[in-house]
This record gives sequence, C-alpha cells and structure tokens, in this order.
Amino acid sequence: MCMLHLTTGRVGCLLSKQVVVALTSSGARMSSHGHHEVSDSVDMSQPMYWDRLDTPLPDRPWKDVLDSTDKSLKQKEKGPWTALSKEEKIALYRLKFNHTYPEMKRPSHEWKTVIGGMFIFFGITGLVVFWQGHYVYPPQPHTFGEEWQAKQVQRMLDMQINPIEGFSAQWDYKNKQWK
Amino acid sequence: MTHASVFRGSHKCTTMRSNSRPCGQTTPLASRCYSHAKVETDEEFDARWVTYFSKPDIDAWELKKGMNTLIGYDLVPEPKILDSALRACRRLNDLASAIRILEAVKDKSGPHKDIYPYLIQELQPTLIELGISTPEDLGMDKL
Repeated sequence: MCMLHLTTGRVGCLLSKQVVVALTSSGARMSSHGHHEVSDSVDMSQPMYWDRLDTPLPDRPWKDVLDSTDKSLKQKEKGPWTALSKEEKIALYRLKFNHTYPEMKRPSHEWKTVIGGMFIFFGITGLVVFWQGHYVYPPQPHTFGEEWQAKQVQRMLDMQINPIEGFSAQWDYKNKQWK
Repeated sequence: MTHASVFRGSHKCTTMRSNSRPCGQTTPLASRCYSHAKVETDEEFDARWVTYFSKPDIDAWELKKGMNTLIGYDLVPEPKILDSALRACRRLNDLASAIRILEAVKDKSGPHKDIYPYLIQELQPTLIELGISTPEDLGMDKL
C-alpha cells in the first residue's frame, strides 16, 4: 500500500488509508505540528491524531498546546455558542481538527506520478530490449533468409501441406498463385 | 423519505435491517435459513443510540467512541440520534465536534445528495437552539 511520497505533508486518500500523525515531543510539549524531533519518531503510546473519513473524532485534538488566546476562546466555548462569531467557530474547529472533510477528500496529483513512473520504466525496459537485440542475440539462423524462405514455401506447396483447410488450400495450383 | 429504512444499507447494502424480508415476513423473529438470533428493529436501534448519547454525564471518550462506531455502520443515522449526539457535544462544551459530526454524516450519505439537506432541515431547531453553525454557514464545505 506504499505510494510514492513526494512531500511529507501529503495526506493519503481513503484508499491508501495512510495515517497523518501529529508529531509530539516527549519532553516539553511544543506547539502543534511545526517542530520535529531529531529522529522523527512518534510516541505510539500516546493518543494520536489522524484525519480519517470513517473516524470523525480522533483520539486527541489537533492542537493540544493552547496559547492564551486559544484558552480564552475555549472558555468562551463553555458559554452559549450563539455568542460566538463565525471566525471564532472556525478557529475552534481548527484547534481540534487539522483538515476538514472536503480537504481530506481533495484529489491529489499522485496519479500523474504513477503513470509517469510507469512510462519511464517501460522506456528503460525498451532500451534494455533494444540493446539486447543488438549486442546479445546471436546471428539469425540461415533458414530465415529470403531465398531459403521462398524455397521452403515452394517445397511445402509441392508436398501439399494441409491441402483441405490450411496452407495448400490457399494456393491455386491451376493458376499458380495465391487464392 | 421519513421511514428509517430509507437510510439503511446504502449502495453497499450489507445488512438486512429493514422489516421487509424477501419472504414477506414482518416479525423480528428469524425464519428460513437465517440464524435464530432476534434481529433488532430499526426503532430499537435508533432508541438504543439516542439513549447512549443522552447520558447526562457522558464523557469525551464515550462521545468519540459512540460517533466513530456509529459512522462505521452502513447507514446514515436518523436525525434523532444526531440530535442526541449534538446535545452531548453541548454538554461537553465541544462545538468543533458538533460541526465534525455534521460533516461526517454528509460524507456518509455518499452519492445520495438529498439525505444531508433533509437531516439539516430536521435538525434546524436544535442547531438554532444550540447555536451550531453548519459547515456550509462557515464556508468549510469548500476547499
């Protein structure tokens, strides 16, 4: 199921069921997703975040280290939601989730990479086959020559090979030509 | 459009949840070659889920587990189940999850584009009461 990765930020489509993990550092909790540890490893013993169409609510929020504005927004969330502006609601969504559903489902350009890669390999194979035909194959047997082939056909007709429905059946013996 | 069985078993129908069987029977008891377990009716299923989300002291984990399980089923949840889930979000002070639930059911409808507007129409009183904006209101349904 491993596709070609072009950028680290690419989110896989549902078919490939890739998991986008928000990297967290084990020590002081850094801000959401900007800072990677040296070894780029994820602590699998902690709840992880992922964007999946079939898992609307992942194990942890996208951004769990909140600065003061986020915290005050979270406080406001405890009150009536009618008091929140549209921007605040969007901000609250983006705190908890990374991609929206349309963003998860957005088409990628990966197919171009796949088809392009296929053609490149076909091309390389074609070059190998051509080189092989030129340098590796032994000379053609003498029986492939024009003259030999003509004599062979004449012999087959003289022997009346497959006279009913096959080879000689196609030859008009009276007029000495093919039917 | 209002019968629960409309939402069951979308284009990949795998469950036989509706009451109408090929043999024409309408009782929930099994017959013919099926197993002898009692099959849950649509109403029982709905009631069970409404009760699940109606728990007054539901916690965040239970909401997550419930929603993820519900979305895993081959059906679009009835408005009353979603209403119960949205109210659970309100008790947990979680507006983001409420919006996420709406996105998820829209995605669950798949090619049946008329299901989601129906759900929103049925949920309108709740959405207004709780102050939940739909993803469309917030412009989050576009890329």
